[in-house]
Amino acid sequence: MNAPQESWPKPDVKALTQAYPNIMRPSLGRRLTTLGLCIASLLPLILAWQMFGISWAQLVHGTSQLGQFVVLMFPPTPERFFWLFLHALGETVAIAFLGTVGAAVLAVPFSLLAARNVMPFTLVRVVVKRSFDTIRSVDTLIWALIWIGVVGLGPFAGVLAIMTSDFGAFGKLFTETLETADTKPVEGIASTGGGALASLRFALLPQIMPVIVGQILYFFESNTRSATIIGVVGAGGIGLHLYEEIRTLEWQIVCFIVIMILITVAIIDQISTRLRRAFIGI
Amino acid sequence: MADSTRPLTSQLLPDEQLAPLLASYARSLRKSRLDFMGFLAAMVVLIFLAAWMAEISPVLFFTKLGGFTSYFARLAHLDNGALVWSDPVEWFWGWKRWLRLLGETILIGYTGTFIGATVAVVMSFSGATNLNKNSVTRSIVKRFFEFCRTVPDLVFALVFVVAYGVGPLPGILAIIIHTIGALGKQFTELVENIDMGPVEGLEATGAGRVAIARFGALPQVLPGYLSYTLLRFEINVRSATIMGFVGAGGIGDELMLSIRRFYYADISAILVIIIVTVYIIDILTSRLRYSLQGSLSS
Repeated sequence: MNAPQESWPKPDVKALTQAYPNIMRPSLGRRLTTLGLCIASLLPLILAWQMFGISWAQLVHGTSQLGQFVVLMFPPTPERFFWLFLHALGETVAIAFLGTVGAAVLAVPFSLLAARNVMPFTLVRVVVKRSFDTIRSVDTLIWALIWIGVVGLGPFAGVLAIMTSDFGAFGKLFTETLETADTKPVEGIASTGGGALASLRFALLPQIMPVIVGQILYFFESNTRSATIIGVVGAGGIGLHLYEEIRTLEWQIVCFIVIMILITVAIIDQISTRLRRAFIGI
Repeated sequence: MADSTRPLTSQLLPDEQLAPLLASYARSLRKSRLDFMGFLAAMVVLIFLAAWMAEISPVLFFTKLGGFTSYFARLAHLDNGALVWSDPVEWFWGWKRWLRLLGETILIGYTGTFIGATVAVVMSFSGATNLNKNSVTRSIVKRFFEFCRTVPDLVFALVFVVAYGVGPLPGILAIIIHTIGALGKQFTELVENIDMGPVEGLEATGAGRVAIARFGALPQVLPGYLSYTLLRFEINVRSATIMGFVGAGGIGDELMLSIRRFYYADISAILVIIIVTVYIIDILTSRLRYSLQGSLSS
């Protein structure tokens, strides 16, 4: 880096090109493909710009308004609602916790039905796996709306919503874990005359337990995040307050609630990381 | 055969040597059982605490749960009482409008993913420990990623709807922000795990930062970048389906309207459309990911 520039030999580009034609001069077809792919991937953006009628004026105006909101957010204050928000946040964490635990408890038996090395019948496996996929492709918030239709407004609908959408995700993950489990312990149990139940308990469960616990803890953290927004549709937790304060343009309170959420998520993250280390030992 | 309950070792060791071993085995078993019981008790206490917090009682649970099946039965019936699949034309009566909204949803997901991923690519090099030696800018980039992905995208959408007005634009922006956060973290981790040989080689030729990132790091991380971006696209299409709940474009608006107004057949029709779409995108992106991994690693 520090050598004087003049002393460096000039690279002989011509000779290099002749020696390594593939590197120095990629073929025209390859270049065109790359260029074509770039243009093709940009086309939808232009389409979006046209179809959604986005204008520079809208962008500039919106961004300047956003800038004003950010200025108005400071200093953050809860006004007199601090305890109300704290209670709602507690509700949020409770929703995430119950949803995660409930989903995990439900998903374990169903993932056994979907795992190739446990369930011999292909039809059952396919049906259970497709159900997991179907449940997973519907967002938590949509489930929340559906559950509100069933059990009414309130945190119960939120718990059920998180439980449902996580059931799909857990089911898929647990099934994959089961299917990649080592078969040797199973053979070992079988060789001592152990039945299917014994091999499940002593050969498969010890292998999948650390992974499952890790996943549950990870999901608890991410569910706390989703639980903060299900209140927007009326399924309990801090989301409802956040929604109200944004709609009434109380930016200082909005900022305070967001900070509360960030702190809560950070705490849960710490707890779940510690527990994961304690359980799995890494 | 009378000894069948005793462990196998009992046949190999004399009793006096065996006794301490068995005792220690029993002790460790007892300890792990006690641990498990303690864990279970703690869980039960936590569950009751959480249920109290979320105002759920077992009675409520069982009385309300019966409604679930009847709700789904209603989803499966048209207004005239016939089963939905008996008359698909009537069931999907609004398909033209729904398909347009669905296209809008996918476009929101695509635009958000594309722009978000582009920003994340550029920023990921300055967030990586091995390429950016300046710890101040590095931690600024990392904190920024963290903020972007911890605040839920719907919260961004809510704020953006107020600032930019109702429509797909706030939805796209919210997804961009969330994508920068999520992909930025994953990309940075990929960059931090590269082989530093090519980077050192470029440094030796006196290459600048951009050249190092472009020719030293990018070729190594590109397959991973594409793979993560495709995964994110699927997630983003799914979250674009709910952006409409807060007025940020897409099919969510229509879905929420039909749920709020109890148009059961419409709810199930839109849900079917969403599920099928997400399903197709899931299959396409995973195919693409596998073929990319195959072509780029060979």
